[in-house]
Amino acid sequence: MPDPAARQRAMARAGQATLDELHAALAQAGANPVAEDLRRPETGLVMVRGRIGGDGRPFNAGEATVTRAAVRLPGGETGFAYHLGRDRDRARLAAIVDAHWQRPEARPALDAALAAIAERRAEAAAQAARKVAATRVNFFTLARGED
Amino acid sequence: MYVAVKGGEAAIDNAHRLLAEARRGDPAVPDLGVAQIREQMRLLVDRVMTEGSLYDPDLAALALKQARGDVVEAVFLVRAYRTTLPRFGATAPVDTGAMTLTRRISATFKDLPGGQVLGPTFDYTHRLVDFALGDGADPVPAAEAEPEADAAVCPRVTDLLGQAGLLEPSPPDAGAPVGDLTREPVDYPADRAVRLQGLARGDEGFILALGYSTQRGYGRTHPFVGEIRVGAVALEFTPEELGFPVCLGAVDLTECQMINQFHGSDAVPPQFTRGYGLVFGQGERKAMAMALVDRSLRAAELGEPVVVPAQDQEFVLAHCDSLQATGFVEHMKLPHYVDFQAELDLVRRLRAEHAARAADSVPDESAWPEAAE
Repeated sequence: MPDPAARQRAMARAGQATLDELHAALAQAGANPVAEDLRRPETGLVMVRGRIGGDGRPFNAGEATVTRAAVRLPGGETGFAYHLGRDRDRARLAAIVDAHWQRPEARPALDAALAAIAERRAEAAAQAARKVAATRVNFFTLARGED
Repeated sequence: MYVAVKGGEAAIDNAHRLLAEARRGDPAVPDLGVAQIREQMRLLVDRVMTEGSLYDPDLAALALKQARGDVVEAVFLVRAYRTTLPRFGATAPVDTGAMTLTRRISATFKDLPGGQVLGPTFDYTHRLVDFALGDGADPVPAAEAEPEADAAVCPRVTDLLGQAGLLEPSPPDAGAPVGDLTREPVDYPADRAVRLQGLARGDEGFILALGYSTQRGYGRTHPFVGEIRVGAVALEFTPEELGFPVCLGAVDLTECQMINQFHGSDAVPPQFTRGYGLVFGQGERKAMAMALVDRSLRAAELGEPVVVPAQDQEFVLAHCDSLQATGFVEHMKLPHYVDFQAELDLVRRLRAEHAARAADSVPDESAWPEAAE
């Protein structure tokens, strides 16, 4: 049984990947993107919750569209995906990635491909953070009077 | 009163075809792409998501295109779309303390752990129309700087003040069910969680005006902006079939922590009170106004007299929804022929009676000064 946290991480990374990136990851792992639908990809809603004051009692802030998919590989492994948005093809392919990830022989290659995707995202995020950091205010106080 | 009215089908069809052509505008001008709206009219998209109460930038952009830029009409489209979808459940409450910040400011503390970052803001611009923008000039690339070491951890300002007991704590999470006004009608007095849900989806103009009214003296709360933060938070959801949380992706949010003047009692020493605002995307005007109104709607809870509109839960919550408001106002333009016919008959009868009374009585000349002149 693989580490559930590792699967969660892989699912989260697959959730950030584009359709092309998911295809490439499967190809890199030599995994066949053919699977049977356990549940046809479906778009629905989740209620996004906030907390009063940021850290208090929860409240319903508003909903978000989510698309989910569930697939089974010919070998019996099942895979799932839940993504923000309405892209059914991408959710289905991410579910196939999740299913293949559970095959020990495919996992290292998939992990490597997903890590590379995550790294590219991290670089983009780091650049965005540098742009934000350039808008940081550095206050200085003018000295006045005699001291 | 509504009655079935027949006829007009061809006129309606043709009106909708004319609408489609008017929406397109001059065909010599390139068609507006949904992605262009999503990227370049982002604050408008954010507003439609917030008031439509549905986070989906592409959908909000498309709704805006379909609505020819009419916000309330776009909100209508988004709300209608949402009713066609099943709900999978609720996310874990978002942790705004762990937000990937694009903006974070405080009007109460100059030096904050994590610092103040302005991000992409209209603040401090000169509000001069930029004609170069009209010529399609590309922007100067944004400056970059290495984030300072403390930027990784940005506690909410309210967490810092709260530790010293100067600020009232947030209401604790006792695990009680979370009220949802899309599922159950609102009972008054409404729970604060339900009020925040209503304010979050409420019309920005209405909430703004109410917040402003509290500042002008109609239920003054002496507010300060403790903190505004804008950025991305991850959404976590636990599907039943998996039994463990999955990351759905990230959403952009704006949070406003308003700090208001003191409240205390025999049991509790004086401390600052709070109002809270949270909206989709970058919408700090709405988040600030929401926090002002959240605080003023706490009047009864804090022992303040409820005397002005912004303190009246039913007045605020029953009127803040733009879709409900526009539905009732705009329905007036639909045929009311029978209603109006009845009114017409009534006024004619009243006039006839009035004329009959006038004919029966001899006019008093002093009551008709122009006749004497």
